[in-house]
Order: sequence, then structure tokens, then C-alpha cells
Amino acid sequence: MSKHTLSVMVENEPGVLSRVAGLFSGRGFNIYSLNVAPTLEKGVSLMTIVAEGDDSIIEQIVKQLRKLVPTIKVKDLTELHSVEREMVLLKVNAEDSKRAEILRIVDIFRCKVVDVSVDELTIEVTGDQGKISAIINLLTRFGIKEIARTGNVAMRRSMQIDL
Amino acid sequence: MKLTGAQILLKCLEEEGVDVMFGFPGGAVIDIYDEIPNSSVEHILVRHEQGAIHAADGYARATGRVGVCLVTSGPGATNTVTGIATAYADSIPVVIFTGQVPRALIGNDAFQEVDIVGITRPCTKHNYLVQDIEDLARTVKQAFYLARLGRPGPVLVDLPKDIQQQVAEFEYPDSVSMRSYKPTRKPHIGQIRKVVKLLKKAKRPLIYSGGGVITSGSHEDLTWLGQTLHIPVTSTLMGLGAFPGDDELFLGMLGMHGTYAANMAVNNCDLLLAVGARFDDRVTGKVDTFAPNATIVHIDVDPTSIQKNVSVHVPLVADCKPALASLKAETEGTLDEFDWAADHKPWVDMVQGWAKEHPLTYKDDSDSIKPQFVVEKIYEITKGDAIIATEVGQNQMWAAQFFKYTRPNTLLTSGGLGTMGYGFPAALGAQRAFPDKLVIDIAGDGSIQMCIQEMMTAVCNKLPVKIVILNNGYLGMVRQWQELFYDKNYCATCMDAQPDFVKLAEAYGAAGYRVTEKKDVEKTLREAFAVDKPVIVDIRVEKEENVYPMVPAGASLTEMLLV
Ligand SMILES: Cc1ncc(C[n+]2csc(CCOP(=O)(O)OP(=O)(O)O)c2C)c(N)n1
Repeated sequence: MSKHTLSVMVENEPGVLSRVAGLFSGRGFNIYSLNVAPTLEKGVSLMTIVAEGDDSIIEQIVKQLRKLVPTIKVKDLTELHSVEREMVLLKVNAEDSKRAEILRIVDIFRCKVVDVSVDELTIEVTGDQGKISAIINLLTRFGIKEIARTGNVAMRRSMQIDL
Repeated sequence: MKLTGAQILLKCLEEEGVDVMFGFPGGAVIDIYDEIPNSSVEHILVRHEQGAIHAADGYARATGRVGVCLVTSGPGATNTVTGIATAYADSIPVVIFTGQVPRALIGNDAFQEVDIVGITRPCTKHNYLVQDIEDLARTVKQAFYLARLGRPGPVLVDLPKDIQQQVAEFEYPDSVSMRSYKPTRKPHIGQIRKVVKLLKKAKRPLIYSGGGVITSGSHEDLTWLGQTLHIPVTSTLMGLGAFPGDDELFLGMLGMHGTYAANMAVNNCDLLLAVGARFDDRVTGKVDTFAPNATIVHIDVDPTSIQKNVSVHVPLVADCKPALASLKAETEGTLDEFDWAADHKPWVDMVQGWAKEHPLTYKDDSDSIKPQFVVEKIYEITKGDAIIATEVGQNQMWAAQFFKYTRPNTLLTSGGLGTMGYGFPAALGAQRAFPDKLVIDIAGDGSIQMCIQEMMTAVCNKLPVKIVILNNGYLGMVRQWQELFYDKNYCATCMDAQPDFVKLAEAYGAAGYRVTEKKDVEKTLREAFAVDKPVIVDIRVEKEENVYPMVPAGASLTEMLLV
């Protein structure tokens, strides 16, 4: 079982999201995260789907996605060099005594404080999965009261360097 | 030319060359029905929407063309779902038009509103809700295109009532261009050459052919390959008829109720050439032990079928037709230098030895009527020249085992979904397409009661389908499982409370016969087949007869229970 990031270009027609989601639920495939938004091309949306499964499951997912009529292109970015980012909003407990330390972490991770109150801070984090898990780990001990995540968006790097 | 949506729809159907559709009216499609008398498209009124979709499906299977069905919104639409799933499971091209409440009411739980596009998303190849009259003609064009193209399947078009009433300029697009849907049809020539090499090397090759050969119309090339290269052929239920069933190289079906020879051949072959077949679990038995000694080549137009259930050594994504044509072209050149017949003879002898050792048979040792005997008689009387539809259960398996299908599109049966109630309405669709052919539904007493109301459709439309009920008073196939694997706990499978099928036929204006004596079987069948109206022949067969061979679910193909 491993996580694969799939970049799926689809016709932006009614029901396309539920077609894709239905494909996963109907076949018992697991979606870890899913992000959809329009692209520059009119009528075309890009979905970034992070799916979990062994190789044969991922192969079926990719083929099944390709088989959907509105699907234009499917790429498994896991095998390619790619840039992946997720944006997360975190609302953290921040009494006076803890505030300085939290702000230091925000600083180190180059995040942004986007909302403040007497005893809470809301922080915007953008980064890859590693960075996001790291900051969530660090902030957990202060008490994360709310979390909202966009799920991954991803793009293949222009230069595919063999490492 | 300005036309209403309803008129546009009918014009589109005419443009597609649709001569008949099967349907049932309602408020949400009344505008379309209002225009039908002005159209060249004939409408056949069924008695239940499940009948309409199965009839459209039967028409499609018998003709190879797209079947069409028209129903109203809500309950009309939901009544087609089983039939849509049936067509989807067997990759049959049908287009289903459903009425929908006016756009302004969609989402308001309006009277007779259901989200049929949502309901049928997992069991259609694609579906549409037409939201703008300007899209109507293009959508219909796309629906027919998609139903036929690549791996065929059902496509549903949901039509809001107000769209049917709106007026727009009608123009039918000449072509369809969809940037997203472009299935691979042509085979990769490198892969084809690899297959030819493997064929030359193989000592024990076997062709395993499926429904894809029939839907793609490639039976002639398949037959050529088998006969010219002397390769034994086994078939799925859906593939019966693609290779002549009376040819010595034909082993019959493989799998759960396949022949001894076919299953042994799979187990012993060194090359398995799977064409348009998808390694269904009813075919493979226990996957780990399926074709253990073989290099597997898989030709299929649907890439998702490849590597799904078994691991394949040479995948070949292509429509069976160009793929087999290409295999033929590449092997034709070898006929002078390579003696296929001599090379394969020991293997063919071995396979035919298995067939002689354990032919398909049954114990015909009592006075009671054996169902297999009835199917054999049907074959003898018709000399194989008939379209056979089946219901589901033991009747279906006996119809597959004891009738020899020599041409494609002559067996109409619900393979993938196993839908009881399919056979009779499907037979009506086929009879409408081929009024002069003998169309016979081989039925069980359970299944036939699921869509028996279509007897009225048959009588009204002079569709003289012959229903032969192999009446065992049980839901036989389930009873067989209960007998063999559930300690004979015949819970809910005894169906001895039955209507009088003869009177039932007569009540509808059809003809009815009952046969209780073996000696009357042939005579009565002959008489019934000669009658120029729909007929039910109720044949009281041996009640606890089983279908053999049988590979228990999950066992290996070699673990067959024999007669
Ligand atoms: C709609 C539907 N419901 C239930 C089943 C399960 N099922 C499979 S075979 C069978 C028995 C069919 O009985 P009958 O039509 O009398 O045929 P027989 O097996 O006796 O020939 C049943 C109930 C099914 N395939 N389809």
C-alpha cells in the first residue's frame, strides 16, 4: 500500500466530480484527498487525487479514470518528479504563555498568522506533505482546535532529472 | 427549420436510422409520444419498462445495431435500471431516453422526479441530462456514438419536459468530436508479431473467446484462425456462436458449467489466446490455478479488463476486429513454411480425447423428461437455425450446453448480470428485428414469471416468440446449490404453486401447450414452433436434475463434479 498522486484532466461538465468519486466508492478504492478546480483552458478542470493502494489497484484506478468519458488525461505523478503542495488552516490554542513559542514555530516554517484572538491563533501553512505533517506534529501539543485542509495540488516538474 | 425538442429527438432517431423503439408513456414524455405518429420510427408499447429495455437490448444483440428505449420520468425510469445494468454487464449498445420533470422543478422532489442520471451513473457507459435545447441534437448524436464505440454499452439521455416543448433550429451534426473519449482500436503491430511468434512456438495453444468477438463482428477471423491454424477453441457463455459450435475443434464453454474438455484444456495449454473475454470469476474458478502452464495473451478493447483478474503476459489493447484481422494477415504468410496442423495434432488429439472421455451428457434413465433432452430436441427440430434467448438459472446453462450455436448473435442471454426475466422481452426485440426467424425463449418456471406481462406485447405486435418452460417446480439453480452445498435446505426455492401456464397463454390470446410425457416432447415442440403466434410450452421436467459438470465456486477448474 502506498500513496499515489494522480493528476486528472477532465471536461468540466455537470456530474463529473460524482462520476470520479463514484468510480472510487463503487469499486472500493480509497481516496485520501481530492482537489478540483478549473484550468486556464475553458471547460477543462484539473483534479488532483491522492489515492492509496498497491500497484495493481493504482493501475486499475488509472485505467478506470481513463475509461470515464469526460476524462481527457490521467498522469500518475508519483513516478515523475513533481511539485506537490497543500494548504492547511490550523486554529491553535494560544494562551499568553504559549504564544511566543507558537509564533517562533510559525516563523521557522514560514507560515502566516491569518487570524488572532485572545487565546487562539489561526495559521496558514502551505507546503508538501512532509512539512504539513511536521508542523501539525509540533502544534498538536498546544491543542489544535480546528483544521481545514485543501488536499494536495500537484504538477509535474519541467525538468525530469534522473537521480 | 424550427422544431420542438420532441420533434428534434425523433428527427435525430431517424437520422441514426432507428426503425423501432420500445417504450412506455407518461406525463414527462407525452410531448414525444405526441410526435411519434408523425415519425418513421415505430414504437412498440410494452407492459413494463423492464420489458422495454430488455427488448431494446435483445434487438441490439440480435442485429448488432443500437437498441432504443423510451420511458417516462420517476417510476418509469427506475423500472429500467435492472435492464440497463444487464446491458452494461454484457457491453450491449442501447440508448435509453427518460423523461424528466421540467428544469425549474429539478431538485425540488417534484412529482415523479428521480435523479436517474445519478442512479444510473455506475451502470451506464455514460449518461446525460439535457439542460439546454441547443445541446439536444449533439447529445443524441454523442449517445449513439458512445453506445457503439470501443467497448459498447448503454447510454442514457434524460430529457426535461420543458426542453421537449421548447423550440430551436434543428441541425444534426455530421460527426462527433470528443477530445476526451478516444479508445484505442488498432492493435500494436509489434505485439501482434509477438503473438504470432508465441503461436509458432506453442505446442498446446488454446483460444478462449468471449462476447467481444461477437459485439465487434470478428467471428469470421476468429473462425479462420482456429480452423486454419488448428487451434482448439473454448468460449464463454457470451461468446457462444462466434466459432461454429459443431466444429470438431470447438470444446464448448469453459468455467463453472464448462465442459470437461474445455477445463482440462485450459489447465494443460501452454498458450492461452483470450479474445474479447474478461476472465470472469465464473470462467476462471480459483484464479491462482487458472491456466497454470500457459503464457496468456489478452486481446481486449477495454484496457481495464486487462490485468484485472489474472496476470497477462502479452496485453493487446485493441478492438477484436482489427486485432484478429491483423493476426490473420500475419499468419497467412506462414502457411507455406509452417505446418500448423501437424504441429498441433498431438494436442488436438489429446483435447478430443478428453471430449470423448467425458462428453456433455446426462442420465436419461427414467420416464421423466430430462431438461437436457428437451434442449437437444429443440436443436434437432430447428437444426440450429433459430435465435435462442434464455432466462437465468439451470435453463440458461442447459441452453448453453445442449444447443450448438453456429452463428453469432443467435444466443441472447444475460451473462454478466444474470438477470431473471431477461429472456422473454429480449426475444421480443429479436423477433421484431427478424420477423421470419424462429425465436425461442428457453425458460425456467421462476424466471418466466418475472416479465410474463410482455405476453400481451407479443400478442398485440404479432411477435410469435416461442417460450419453452423447463418446468421443474423449483428455482432450480439455487436449489442445486442448496442441495450440493447447503445440506438440501430448500428454503424459498420450491415453486410448486404455479399459475396454469397454458391458461395464462390463452388468457393473453397466445397458444399454450403442456407436456408431461417424454414421448410427446418432440411432437408438441414441432407443433408449437409451427404456430404463427406467441406460444408457451410448459414442459414438466425432472424436478431435481442438476447442471453438470460443475466447478464449485472458488474451486479450481479441474475440480469438476461430473454427471
Ligand atoms: C432478478 C433475479 N433474482 C434472483 C436471481 C437469483 N437466481 C439465479 S438462478 C435462480 C433460479 C431460477 O429459477 P428458474 O427460473 O425456475 O430456472 P431454473 O434454474 O429452475 O432453470 C435465481 C433465483 C437472479 N439471477 N435474478
